[in-house]
Formats: sequence, C-alpha cells, structure tokens
Amino acid sequence: MMKSSIIKTGTLFVDRGLMPFLFLLLTFSFVSSAQIVPVLTFDVFQKHLQPANDNDTVYVINFWATWCKPCVEELPAFEKLNETYANQKVKVLLVSIDFRSQYEKQVVPFVQKNKLKSQVMLMDAQGDNDFIDKVNPAWQGTIPATTVIQASSKTNKFYEKQFTFEELENIIQPLIKK
Amino acid sequence: MRLIKSTLSFLTVIVVALFSFGFINHARTPLSFGEGARVRQPGYNVGDYAADFKLKNIDDKMVSLADYTEAIGFVVVFTCNHCPYAKLYEDRLVALDKVSKKKGYPVIAINPNDAASHPEDSFDNMKKRAKDKGFTFPYLVDETQEVAQAFGAAKTPHVYLLQKEEGKLKVVYIGAIDDDTENTKKDKVKYVENAIDAVEKGEKPNPDFTKAVGCTIKWKS
Repeated sequence: MMKSSIIKTGTLFVDRGLMPFLFLLLTFSFVSSAQIVPVLTFDVFQKHLQPANDNDTVYVINFWATWCKPCVEELPAFEKLNETYANQKVKVLLVSIDFRSQYEKQVVPFVQKNKLKSQVMLMDAQGDNDFIDKVNPAWQGTIPATTVIQASSKTNKFYEKQFTFEELENIIQPLIKK
Repeated sequence: MRLIKSTLSFLTVIVVALFSFGFINHARTPLSFGEGARVRQPGYNVGDYAADFKLKNIDDKMVSLADYTEAIGFVVVFTCNHCPYAKLYEDRLVALDKVSKKKGYPVIAINPNDAASHPEDSFDNMKKRAKDKGFTFPYLVDETQEVAQAFGAAKTPHVYLLQKEEGKLKVVYIGAIDDDTENTKKDKVKYVENAIDAVEKGEKPNPDFTKAVGCTIKWKS
C-alpha cells in the first residue's frame, strides 16, 4: 500500500533521483502530516496556468522563494485565503522558485516549519528563461508575483506586488460563483 | 537654457516614475495565456537613447559615462549586495568585465537600493563587498534612485548594454547576464557577451531582450 503510493507520487517528480528522499519524506509525513512538495519543470507546471475553458475554480497562484522577505511576509495572507475559502471553488498554489539545489536544505524545512496548508510546489525553471513571459508577459521577473486565473470568466490577472489578505479577497470575491 | 534643461530632465524623471509606478502596480490582462508578446517596458527599451548620469563611486569620486572617452559602449548593471541572485553573479561580473572592457565595453555597476530598508546595501558595505570580491569596475551608488528610474530598472541584477552612436548612448540589449543564474550549466548562453559580439559585427543582438528572476529594487517610500 505504501509502496504503490510512493510510485504514484513519484510520477510528480521530474528527478527520479529524489525517490529515496521522497521515501523518507513520505515516511516522515505520516508522523508530522506535513505536505509533500513536488518539484516540477516549467512544462509540467504550465498546466496549472491553463485550466479547461469551463473550469470556474479561481486559481490564486503565488510565486515566492524562501529567501524573499516580502514573499515570506505575505504567505500568511495566502494561507488565510486558502483556509477561509476552503469550501468554495478557490485553489491557492504557492509556487516556490527557489533553486532546485535548495529543495532539501531550504524549501522542505520551510514548508514543515511554517506548517503551510496551501499546495506548495517547487518550479525548477532552470534553463527556461522564457518561463517569465510564459507566465505573463507583464512579469518583470521579480517576486512576490501572483496570478489569478479563472478560465470560465476568461480572467487572467497578474500582480507583481506584496499582498494583504483583504486585497486578495477583493480580487477573488467577485469571481466566486454563488 | 540650463534651467529649461534641468526642468525638462526633472519632468522626465517624474513622468518615468509615474509610468513605472503604474506599470508595476496595476494588473494587466494579456490577450491569452502564455503568450510571449513583448510588452513595452517602463524606462528605456532597446533602441532608445540613454541619458548620461553622474554618481558616486566606492572611491568617493563621481563617475559619469562621459568620462570614458575611449569606450565604445557600456555594460550598465543594476546590482546590490544583499540579493541572492546578485550575489550569484558577482564573480561572473568580474569575468564579464575582463572580456568586455578589452572590447571597449566596461562594466559600470550601480546599486539603486534604499539602504535604510536594506542596511546590507549601504555605501560602506558596497565598499567592503567590492573589495572582498575584487571588483574591477566602478560600483556606484544611485542614492536618489533617479538613474534606476530613468532606465526602468526593476530588479537586481538587471543589465543594459549601451553603445555609443553619434555621441549618444543607444540601448542595444536589456536583460540577464546569462541563462544560468545558479551557474550550473556548462553550455550556458552568455547573453551580454553575445550581444557585444553581435554589435561589434554591426548586427542586432539576438536576443536583444531577456528576462530572468531577480530581486525587486528596494524603492524609497
């Protein structure tokens, strides 16, 4: 049972060399219930930017890094959003752009220490310098950056700023289907 | 005449500041997902002419581009001490200067960050950092942040390759130093060096505009 779940989760990982580590993490996760942070290439991640046309879920996708002070400061706002709208069609994704080499050292410990509940993933965009434009041509390349997507209303907003919970709420509330 | 000129440049700074403020802080809705269309950037774009500046170097002397009568152009790079991405590029900036200076394009580093909010970026720390890292190029402080605003610099590191053209400074490349921030690839694409090579041959750099992740410039509030 455990083995099969490892393989299933393992498909999320780009780097198969992570498997032993994932095994440890998974074992650990049964104890601490900390979430597993997948590592995605940009191509795989990009699917999150392109929900199906009739999908009315509001995706709030935040780009951050453990070293980025304003990003870390605004994470509680996203966590609160995730918690407040848990029963509605709102999905918060926290996309770390820390370097792949910092995954074990920085990202996973950070997610565990801060008990992040929103879905966290590490995007390894090394070698794809177009990814900034692919996320949004308006992105200058600084973080924090956040994109709000709702395919059904053709909403695709992009912000290169630090958010408060209230500001986030003001953006998503008109989009939520009553 | 002088008054008119300074009034004009002051107005330009205000306009640029308002423009960039608007651009950075307001949401824009692109036409479609993932479309890589070029958006007009605040400040200088490729093909624009850059204004010269006069800023204090870490040796306490004032530096302006006009001082470099022999130069063919400049690698102007907005950088700082504290940003992890800027740090990763320090050694590569020294290496780049070695190559580019010989070709007539000296590196001019500018720290635009507000040292009040980021003490690591103070003038004294700039001096220390330059000494520790053996900077071979001027490391200037943009205390009023007017130069960074005029250029439209958004982050550190952020490079503007300038080429002298009939006494003016034409912007020929804007963006990243290379395509390998973490410095792990053997076959990295050295954007700035390639751009210099292209300009030397009388060609247009390809690409002449790249984007890489960097740290936001810490503007004074």
